[in-house]
Amino acid sequence: MLLQLDDVVLRFAGNTVLENIRFGVEENSVASLIGPNGAGKTSLFNCITGFYRPQQGSITFGGEELLKRKPHAVTRLGIARTFQNVRLFREMSVLDNVMAGQHCRSRAGAFSAILGLPSQRAEERRVREICEECLEFVGIADEADRIATNLAYGHQRLVEIARALATQPRLLLLDEPAAGLNSSEKTELVRLIRRIRDERGVAVLLIEHDMGLVMEVSEHISVLDHGRIIAEGNAETIQNDPAVIEAYLGQDEDELELT
Amino acid sequence: MATNKVTTRPAPGAIERLYAAFDDPRRRWALYAVIIALLLLAPPVVGRYGTVILTNALLYVILALGLNVVVGFAGLLDLGYAAFFAVGAYTTGILTQQFGFNFWLTIPFALCAAAIAGVIIGGPTLRLRSDYLAIVTLGFGEIVRIGARNLEITGQASGLTGIPSPSVFGYTLTGPTTYYYIFAALAVLAVIAAQRLLHSRLGRAWLYVRHDEDAAEAMGINRVRVKLAAYITGAVFGAIGGVFFAANLGAISPQSFSFQQSVLVLMAVILGGMGKIPGVILGAFIVILGPELLRDIGSLRLLVFAVILLLIMLFRPSGIWPGRRS
Repeated sequence: MLLQLDDVVLRFAGNTVLENIRFGVEENSVASLIGPNGAGKTSLFNCITGFYRPQQGSITFGGEELLKRKPHAVTRLGIARTFQNVRLFREMSVLDNVMAGQHCRSRAGAFSAILGLPSQRAEERRVREICEECLEFVGIADEADRIATNLAYGHQRLVEIARALATQPRLLLLDEPAAGLNSSEKTELVRLIRRIRDERGVAVLLIEHDMGLVMEVSEHISVLDHGRIIAEGNAETIQNDPAVIEAYLGQDEDELELT
Repeated sequence: MATNKVTTRPAPGAIERLYAAFDDPRRRWALYAVIIALLLLAPPVVGRYGTVILTNALLYVILALGLNVVVGFAGLLDLGYAAFFAVGAYTTGILTQQFGFNFWLTIPFALCAAAIAGVIIGGPTLRLRSDYLAIVTLGFGEIVRIGARNLEITGQASGLTGIPSPSVFGYTLTGPTTYYYIFAALAVLAVIAAQRLLHSRLGRAWLYVRHDEDAAEAMGINRVRVKLAAYITGAVFGAIGGVFFAANLGAISPQSFSFQQSVLVLMAVILGGMGKIPGVILGAFIVILGPELLRDIGSLRLLVFAVILLLIMLFRPSGIWPGRRS
């Protein structure tokens, strides 16, 4: 397992948000985390990426314990993420946004920047090339110089993915990447997720409400409900699992697109 | 700064045109050449008094560019910036006057002292939100000033006098015109440094942290380190201003580092448009030259100046320099 969670417990003010989570993502795979709203999916992401501190348990990534690490240190180890509601840096160009991802893979400080040392210039060039390649990969290279927040929504999501890829991760966490996308954009997204796995060798873990997309792209699906994993397996197993159907039947109509 | 003939497009306004000129690399160099020529030619034109005022304006350009790193780039409020200016000036003052150091040798000490001061103010305040940060930085500024007022080594309330003039190759640096050119050179270097920082890895990181701390952290940026770097960088700019300020006047006292100075520098930054380098330079000139240009109206000048500042902020709340467009 590339990522392994064991007995993770997260509580907020006495409320148990995540209970004894045991969960893993394999190298070079696409896994999904589904579940009704409020089940704790994003909280689980936040535990992995260091934004929340679980009270108990262990989270290991490539053999390294993540639990006591700050978010930036987790990213440096090779886990990148996107956000549920797109969070691009305002007033900055698409390329400048993506270059954020390369920060942890470069080193130049104030001195070398002020003096314009050759090493700093070379590093800037390298960072730029890597980021341009990431934009090319997600297919929006021609928009590199535009202000990121002026892009069409679907493209803003792609910028976020490019920015995450620019951290050169081994695992990419996508929080509802299909939300707000139209059907052709969703098709593109499925293709992109597969290319991320196949061409870049990056494992993908996604939280997603679009069941069609989840079933199509994931090799492994985990279902979270009220802070517990209630089912795990491939698409077929999940669709026929009585506990899953039960969890979703208790929910709104629009969550019922299981089959 | 009044170089408007730089664009052929039907332009929306003088400032926008000037801004467009800065955006185009070829015109930018032409514009820089004009500005440098103006800087070089100014002293004989404006006379002795005018040269002194311009020197002060150039000092404020350096200070404002330094504070702009903290406030404009990294988005951290600092109401005690004069403290860093004081650290630079007093380090040079004490080392030259009381320990007989050569002026040039005091510069590395002043820079180190400023960096340490930056860590002292930055370290404990990084977890604070802006309003608390304002109070703490305000307090820090006052601690430094009151400390200087009461310590033996800083000459207490009367300050330090008789700071020797530095010399280069046997030539002693004295006189308003000499210092005008020194500050002009320093200001140009400060602009280049600020520009290079803004377009560097660290400069971008400051903007990321200012816009969205969590997203920046998720991208692998250590926010604590990046903010600390902003305080230290800003402190170093302030200290360089202070070092040459001490050399220029030959005497320093706590009054030169009051809360008012901090506010004036902050005003230059906000007026010009936080984070925008040309705007901040313009802001520094406005806060220093404004009251001087209004000298003719006598006792009402500060009132009139205040009204003008209020009007600017009302009509251009994000500063006189226009924001970047797509």
